Amino acid sequence: MLRLNGLSKTYADGTEALRDISLQVGKGEILALVGGSGCGKTTLLRLIAGLDVASAGAITVNGETIKGPHASIGIVFQEPRLLPWLTVAGNVGFGLADLAPQERQARILHALEKVGLAGYDQRWPRELSGGQQQRVAIARAFVTAPKVLLLDEPFSALDAFTRASLHDHLLLLWAETKPTVVMVTHDVEEAITLADRVVVMRPRPGRMMETISVTLDRPRDRLALGFDKAKRRILHALDRSLQPEKSAPAQKGADNASHWW
Amino acid sequence: MKGSRPSRSFALAGVLLPLLLAVLWEAAIRSGLAVGRLMPPPSTIGATLWELAKSGELQLHCLTTLGRVLAGFALGALLGTIIGAGAGALVVVRRLIDPTLQALRAVPSIAWVPLFILWMGIFETSKVALIAVGVFFPVYLGVAGAIEGIDRKLIEVGQVFRLNRWAMIHRVMLPAVLPAWIISLRSGLGLGFMFVVAAEFMGASEGLGFLLVDGQQMGKPAQILAAIITFAVLGKLADGVLVMISKPLLVWQDTARGAL
Ligand SMILES: Nc1ncnc2c1ncn2[C@@H]1O[C@H](COP(=O)(O)OP(=O)(O)OP(=O)(O)O)[C@@H](O)[C@H]1O
Ligand SMILES: [Mg+2]
Repeated sequence: MLRLNGLSKTYADGTEALRDISLQVGKGEILALVGGSGCGKTTLLRLIAGLDVASAGAITVNGETIKGPHASIGIVFQEPRLLPWLTVAGNVGFGLADLAPQERQARILHALEKVGLAGYDQRWPRELSGGQQQRVAIARAFVTAPKVLLLDEPFSALDAFTRASLHDHLLLLWAETKPTVVMVTHDVEEAITLADRVVVMRPRPGRMMETISVTLDRPRDRLALGFDKAKRRILHALDRSLQPEKSAPAQKGADNASHWW
Repeated sequence: MKGSRPSRSFALAGVLLPLLLAVLWEAAIRSGLAVGRLMPPPSTIGATLWELAKSGELQLHCLTTLGRVLAGFALGALLGTIIGAGAGALVVVRRLIDPTLQALRAVPSIAWVPLFILWMGIFETSKVALIAVGVFFPVYLGVAGAIEGIDRKLIEVGQVFRLNRWAMIHRVMLPAVLPAWIISLRSGLGLGFMFVVAAEFMGASEGLGFLLVDGQQMGKPAQILAAIITFAVLGKLADGVLVMISKPLLVWQDTARGAL
């Protein structure tokens, strides 16, 4: 289980990127973070990944405090970030250097198959499309079987069709080891398709504003009744998160009247 | 591999221009349109080369010059790589030595000659030292710049997988700087060939540079041109060998060159 306790981050230049984030994400839960640009979503993931240090608060995974990059935490960045001098297999197996070659190879091929890239193991990253590269990056993160997996807008550069197929690949991989997943997305439908819970954040400084549970059965159908309901709730919360804070309560009443369900 | 056929025909295309010029010049002299005393025709240059080769002189001069270039290149490239890596990786080192090195870089190569002769005599040591100076700077600049410019995003990938210092260096940083390092070695080698001439001008009894000076003093333009051509061929060959050695290391590169 991933637990964030009173997490704050102020950058060296004085930007208060996050204030007092407290959150628990259960084992095997998929949590989506949505919110306007600059509300600290990337900052939050970087803190959990151990790539940055929080100004206050603590992060624990199964009770263990996270102080830097940790073996049980994996991340997929917004860009694939493949190492161009390694083949696809080399990239997927980058975190498996300690394994025996055969075991390593078996895990690489299995992960590649899961993301639909069987037979691509000896290609160079430059020979892959953007979507294929991102799939390699996802395989690279999954192959070490992390307990917590962080995804920072991993599909934002891709078209809707590719995106939908990557959702399927992601869920397939997730089903194998059921890691805790925290993913950032700008796409509300993506959040509802994948997540058990959606956290809407508010900017300047970044805070949690509202949490919406999505209890639809998987695989999720965009045309289902509950899908649209959840979507409207999230969009509504997003709307409010971007409004000036003082006027928010007054606005809330009016909006709620028209969007009430 | 794909692209090798068109690149071969391109290589042939490169020979066309000099060949055409040579034929034209030869024809001009044969037909009496030009006098070939100061600019001898290709046939005379060829004959000179042949004479030099037959007597074994050409090989001797080539080997001497190559030996000097290689020794100077090895020394300069080694120092350039080590010091460049230090300056690229550690801000302290960069602050300390970079300004000095930049100032020294502005000194024209020939200016070192008298000093080196005073310090190291007129024999091999001073020549190798001068060539090493020439090779050092491009390698130093290339390596330092490449290390400074390593993509932070790739370093973070290494951090996420918790590479230790050594693994970070040899699994991420070394491969990341490899292309720039090889380019810097190539320009270093080119400068090495430039500096070897300067070195051999300062008094040598062997080497292609000596052949040049000797040709001038003896009034043998064909010998000068023969030496110049040999320089061109040697330089191109040496660069070709470097490219060939480095090619398997860089197959992963996504460059325009591969698409030709
Ligand atoms: N290295 C940094 N130094 C100073 N300020 C930073 C740094 N990185 C981010 N910030 C600031 O912190 C705030 C949050 O940035 P962050 O990248 O976490 O936002 P985000 O929610 O991921 O936005 P987006 O949706 O556009 O990716 C922004 O105001 C940003 O300007
Ligand atoms: Mg971001």
